[in-house]
Amino acid sequence: MRLDQLPLRRPARVLSIAWGEIGDAAARRLRELGFDEGVTVEAMHAAPFGKDPIACRVGRMTIALRRAQAHAISVETIAA
Amino acid sequence: MNAAPMVALVGNPNAGKSALFNALTGARQKVGNYPGVTVERKAGRMSLADGRPVELIDLPGTYSLEPASPDERVTRDVVLGRQEGERLPAALVIVVDAGNLDNHLRFALQLIDLDLPIVVALNMIDMAERDGLRIDADRLAAELGVPVVATVAVRKRGIEALKAAIGTLAMESGRRAGGVRTPPPSDLAALQKRARAIARAATHETSGARRRSQQIDAVALHPLFGPLLLAAILFVVFQAVFAWAQAPMDAIDAGFAALGSWVDTHLPPGFVRDLLSQGVIKGVGAVIVFLPQILILFGFILLLEASGYMVRAAFMMDRLMARVGLSGRAFIPLLSSFACAVPGIMATRTIDDPKDRLTTILIAPLTTCSARLPVYTLIIGAFIPARAVLPGIGLQGLVLFALYAAGVAGALVAALILRRTVTRGPSPGFLMEMPRYQLPSVRDLGIGLWTRATIFLKRAGTIILASNVALWVLASYPQAPAGMKQSEYSIAGRIASAIELVVRPIGFNHEIALALPPAMAAREVAVSALATVYAIDADSTDETRTDAALGVRMQASWPLPTALAFLAWFVFAPQCLSTIAVTRRETNGWRWPAFMVAYLFCLAYLAAGATFWLATALGL
Repeated sequence: MRLDQLPLRRPARVLSIAWGEIGDAAARRLRELGFDEGVTVEAMHAAPFGKDPIACRVGRMTIALRRAQAHAISVETIAA
Repeated sequence: MNAAPMVALVGNPNAGKSALFNALTGARQKVGNYPGVTVERKAGRMSLADGRPVELIDLPGTYSLEPASPDERVTRDVVLGRQEGERLPAALVIVVDAGNLDNHLRFALQLIDLDLPIVVALNMIDMAERDGLRIDADRLAAELGVPVVATVAVRKRGIEALKAAIGTLAMESGRRAGGVRTPPPSDLAALQKRARAIARAATHETSGARRRSQQIDAVALHPLFGPLLLAAILFVVFQAVFAWAQAPMDAIDAGFAALGSWVDTHLPPGFVRDLLSQGVIKGVGAVIVFLPQILILFGFILLLEASGYMVRAAFMMDRLMARVGLSGRAFIPLLSSFACAVPGIMATRTIDDPKDRLTTILIAPLTTCSARLPVYTLIIGAFIPARAVLPGIGLQGLVLFALYAAGVAGALVAALILRRTVTRGPSPGFLMEMPRYQLPSVRDLGIGLWTRATIFLKRAGTIILASNVALWVLASYPQAPAGMKQSEYSIAGRIASAIELVVRPIGFNHEIALALPPAMAAREVAVSALATVYAIDADSTDETRTDAALGVRMQASWPLPTALAFLAWFVFAPQCLSTIAVTRRETNGWRWPAFMVAYLFCLAYLAAGATFWLATALGL
């Protein structure tokens, strides 16, 4: 499953990130914000208009990103 | 030679760096620009316990030494001693958020590898504790190999201990020779791994306390309540900018009027008196009158930013902004532009995508700034009948609303077109950290407001003063002989006659042509310019002119289509000199301000023309 398809409030683990699908700058920023293979991620909120972007919990941070960017991130749900 | 050693504050965004900077330096701050770039240089003086001075600079927050924006490039260049006009720092204070060590230690490790004298400020330790985290500062210091001081910048906790640590480092570095080690090519993944391991070793999770920010977000980002809350906040901000500011603005107005008449009665008549009272005092007064609005607006913006809400607002608005090719980050600068385009354009510095930022700068003048309000009020009062269209909805208010709406629509359409032509580029995306909510300290707000106010007043004292004096001289000389109109005989009048040839087709008369150049100094000057035109030409004993009287006089001499065209012109009209100046500074050259002026002139001309021709065709 991709992160943009993950239902809200369902913890998941990042399996892989298609770094090539997003630009270099965005890829670096994703890493800097703590996105990495193996980390736990949870979609907390979707923006009110069009449910895009989404706000995700990664580590101790909340990161906002557009669904198109979240699509590059493969996840699998884990037990809460 | 400057004897005070320079120490730089550096760290991730949202680590509380600026609050720490304020706590260490107080209000003794100097805000300038780094040469050649539009990055703010914030410096301040700090006294150590033994009285020795240290120059402290607050570097832009960044996530790593690999820069993604001009701000981040400055941070890297300063810590490496490569920044033009800046010394190599004698020491670094790395600011980390105690509640987010996982992430913040990665950049700290990268900096520690540079081998400069370093102290780590373990900031916001109180919030970490409230989140159920206990941080072992000694363990952290041992793992990192540098001193660590726990601080709570907003409550001024740990500040003396930090100063002492800085003092020790500054003394040490005096004995050091040579520069900084060239940074090794960084492997973010490896650094992150080390950071996680150290964070885990130094942190004890005492309870799974539910984090307060998540509880607030449950409401603030709720699909229904979130937008309602945002709308309510925006409403309060607008209400404040326009209603609360009225009394202080009237007071400033009255003060400058009193000052002007004092000069008129106490100085001998002549060039100096007229220059002072009509050129200097009136001109600067017309600008300073906006200080209350700017301060109120900035107060709210600082409050929303420091509390952590601003990113949430950008998050909610991102989708709507994306429709015209912008991102949610453009929302706040555009919002600021409703008060004044100058702070709005300055606020675009937070947009890291260059094309996104440029587009926002170019459309900022289309949002109706408050300086246009006096012009709208005058024309609407004179030409639009005060009758109700629907119960409770007056025609005058409706026209005013339509003018604001036309500005917003113009901005959105312009963004859409610009993003497909001159500022074409990949979609900027939206990738931002949402900081924890935080109660901002009154002191930090006060310092922020003070900095803004001094920047604004300096500008009013220089560029705006100079242009006002120049305009006054042009309008007053040469003096018309008896039987000639001053408004036509003066240099400005002759310039206006040339302008009139161009604007005649869109229904403008000589008086409007005369008011257009002064309106470039500041929009509301159009009103005083019109007042001056009608006053100079009228019986010179008529000193008790008011806006109402001016309205009556205009009503008698302007056809309705001309008045409507004049309103339409001001929705799009090329912005004031300050806006052009700030655009030049923010885009590093004349190319974009020139483009902005040209495209806005065309828009204004077409809009005014279309209004005039349509109104004439309808027989209004």
